[in-house]
Amino acid sequence: MNVLKRFLVLVLRAIPTSFVIVTLSFFLMKLAPGDIVDYLVAEAGAATEESTAALREAYGLNNSILHQLLEYYSNLATGSLGFSPRFNGPVTDLIIERLPSTLLLVLSAICIAILFGVAAGTVMALNAGRFQDRVLTVITLLFYSVPSFWFGLMLIIVFSVKLGWLPTGGAYTIFSRLEGIDYVLDRAKHLILPAAALGLYYIAIYARLARASVLDARNQDYVRTAVAKGLSRRQVTIRHVLRNALIPVTTMAGIHIANILGGSVVIETVFGWPGMGRLTFEAINARDYALLLGILLVSSFVVIFVNIMVDLLHTVLDPRIKATQ
Amino acid sequence: MIFPSTKLRPTEHPDEPESERRPTQTLRRRRESAFSRFLADRSARTGVAIFALMLAMALAAPIVRPGDPLLITGDPLLWPFQNADHPLGTDSLGRDLLSGVMYGARVSILVGLMVGMLSIVFGAVLGAIAGYCGGWVDRLINNFIEVFQTIPGFFLLVVMVAFLEPSFVTVIIGLVLISWDTVARLTRAEVRHHRNREYVLAARTGGLSHLRILLSEILPNISPTLIVTGSIIVAHAILAESALSFLGLGDPNVATWGGLIGTGRDSIRSHWYLTAIPGLFVAMTVFALNILGDAINDHFNPRARG
Repeated sequence: MNVLKRFLVLVLRAIPTSFVIVTLSFFLMKLAPGDIVDYLVAEAGAATEESTAALREAYGLNNSILHQLLEYYSNLATGSLGFSPRFNGPVTDLIIERLPSTLLLVLSAICIAILFGVAAGTVMALNAGRFQDRVLTVITLLFYSVPSFWFGLMLIIVFSVKLGWLPTGGAYTIFSRLEGIDYVLDRAKHLILPAAALGLYYIAIYARLARASVLDARNQDYVRTAVAKGLSRRQVTIRHVLRNALIPVTTMAGIHIANILGGSVVIETVFGWPGMGRLTFEAINARDYALLLGILLVSSFVVIFVNIMVDLLHTVLDPRIKATQ
Repeated sequence: MIFPSTKLRPTEHPDEPESERRPTQTLRRRRESAFSRFLADRSARTGVAIFALMLAMALAAPIVRPGDPLLITGDPLLWPFQNADHPLGTDSLGRDLLSGVMYGARVSILVGLMVGMLSIVFGAVLGAIAGYCGGWVDRLINNFIEVFQTIPGFFLLVVMVAFLEPSFVTVIIGLVLISWDTVARLTRAEVRHHRNREYVLAARTGGLSHLRILLSEILPNISPTLIVTGSIIVAHAILAESALSFLGLGDPNVATWGGLIGTGRDSIRSHWYLTAIPGLFVAMTVFALNILGDAINDHFNPRARG
């Protein structure tokens, strides 16, 4: 009940932001050089002035800006993001086709980042000031500084070109009729390098975050109580320290989702991953503005949705958060 | 410029009211000793050294390697350390990699610093207005910040640059557009924190204008935060610029680190050094900025050290 109420509150709160983003994207579209009619005319090779004018009329481009804006809203309300002339299909379909791949990649990257980041951060905190802490600090700083796409290329050089262990790109082996466990393994083999490259930067961030919050949690009274009642060091670390250290990490992961999605553009291009990022790259090369804006909108909505989900997760994890807060 | 270069005034702690005003004649001496104290920190020294090296490379490029770095000057695909004329080798067309890297440093550092400066000015002004005024102004600006935090930055960057045609200026505009919100959010929080402190109330009672209070009372107290954020934004801008040029969305007429990585990628199987070397320079520069940011942070907030 509490969760449902919270969900409704969060959705209501997201409405103004979504509205501004949609409006912003409409005006961005107006900023783009040329409109759809220019494109169609160029594609057709030749057109008379009358037919161009007729097309403009048919696409409603002669109406007032306000009218067009309202049109844009009502189209969006029915789930239409416009038509992509270059790919010859509705933008919505093109994006929906690619979205699952990107979500898989982004989720894997976040999982890798949280897993390795929290592990490294905990080791750093438990050995604060000692050798392990120093080495890991330098390593995380390096992770923090390396361009992710370049790291991806280095992974390809090492693991695909030199060692030949993993494929250089794609999401699965083409023309192979794999089934069951083989299929899953094949997908995983293709996923591991791009996910690692995308997650690298966030491993560094979560390691630093986890280090700080583990250090902080260790001095809390409830940890002292847990130690006093005779729990083992391991039990205290896992059940009391880590559990609380995870809250700031998941909060940040929610905030980072926008950046990780953005990072997928380069990573998917590097690895030929058939997702939304790769579609962005194709849209840039084709100068397909409707598609670009559609991607911008859909990715923003993904961010809004994920943030609502993270918030709900915290409502469950931390009962102190009130539904209408 | 609104943002003064109070880079090295470490004796002020953000939590302390600015009660003791130092006489100006000792300020210079204090600054110098502050800088040497800052350099006593090993990571600060490393950061300054690496960044100075990159800067020197950028400045020396036209002297050491005169001519357009995009011109063909030798045999194609020479490996590094084989030919004295091309110490880092040449690419598949015979363009010198060392020239590319040196000229690339100019673009990366210039873009990074410009974006850092503009984002700080723009973000600090909006954030300060929001934090200081409160009320509906604050709500409006805060919603605006929230919008920019929701839109995935890199997508917005790509759309902006693709719409405005790739060039040096559009890249900077796009990067500022996705960087200012961090500064604005931080400045807003800091100004809200300081707004009702005694020293500000005293200044207000003393009849100072709002602008004076913001500039000469609050700004010096939040400048450490701004400087640290600035170094992070410069680092991020350099990373994003390299990604953008890698995708072919940079200025096509200049050599950039990202562009070099993109060209090198075509021969990655046989000549991996063409991809590896320019990336190392990006990583080193960003690394230097990050440890500098950390060192400055530790310097201003010694208690925050873990």
